[in-house]
Amino acid sequence: MLIARVVGDLTATQKHASHEGRKILLVQPLDLDGSDRGAPMVALDSVGAGMHEKVLVTTDGYAAFTAVGHKLAPIDAAVVGIIDHVELARQGSAAGAPPAVPPAASKKPHKKRQAQNG
Amino acid sequence: MQLGRVIGKVWASVKNPGLEGQRLLVVQPVRPDLTPHGKPLICTDSTGAGAGEIIYWVRGREASFPFLPGEVASDATIVGIVDEIHLGKKRGPSC
Repeated sequence: MLIARVVGDLTATQKHASHEGRKILLVQPLDLDGSDRGAPMVALDSVGAGMHEKVLVTTDGYAAFTAVGHKLAPIDAAVVGIIDHVELARQGSAAGAPPAVPPAASKKPHKKRQAQNG
Repeated sequence: MQLGRVIGKVWASVKNPGLEGQRLLVVQPVRPDLTPHGKPLICTDSTGAGAGEIIYWVRGREASFPFLPGEVASDATIVGIVDEIHLGKKRGPSC
């Protein structure tokens, strides 16, 4: 899923039936610092997001058409949440850092794979 | 989904049986301000779009869904013809 901002919407009279009754939003994917990341994309709305809101966008087809409530619909992006707040751990601080994986534990699967291959 | 503009048509007399009867259109992806973005690609069409029209298209496995239960070997399909685009005023990156 991506963080994005709603930058517009569009209307289409002629469209696939599964898109009827849903807002078609233009969303600009964002980096964690809030800057633009690539070009805006078209996503169907499943939560009632408004202009300029920060939203959660899924770009997986199955997740997108499930969110909109249609099986096997031609939808590859949907707005599935409205973001209130994003909190990031400070780089280098122990409190917010993800749990460190001991080097021995991370090497184990690799050794196993080598043993299988050999 | 992505915005695009139909800029041409493709004819292919020999093609996968699943693509028989499908219109193949050349689509130039565009940004919301309608400036081109990236390279053109070929899309199948489920809406009846024509040259010059602004459309939105879907990519990946979902591109074959409009043609179900037919099995169309397509990875990009036009699923809507855009009438109007409304853009909000530009805002700063902070919330």
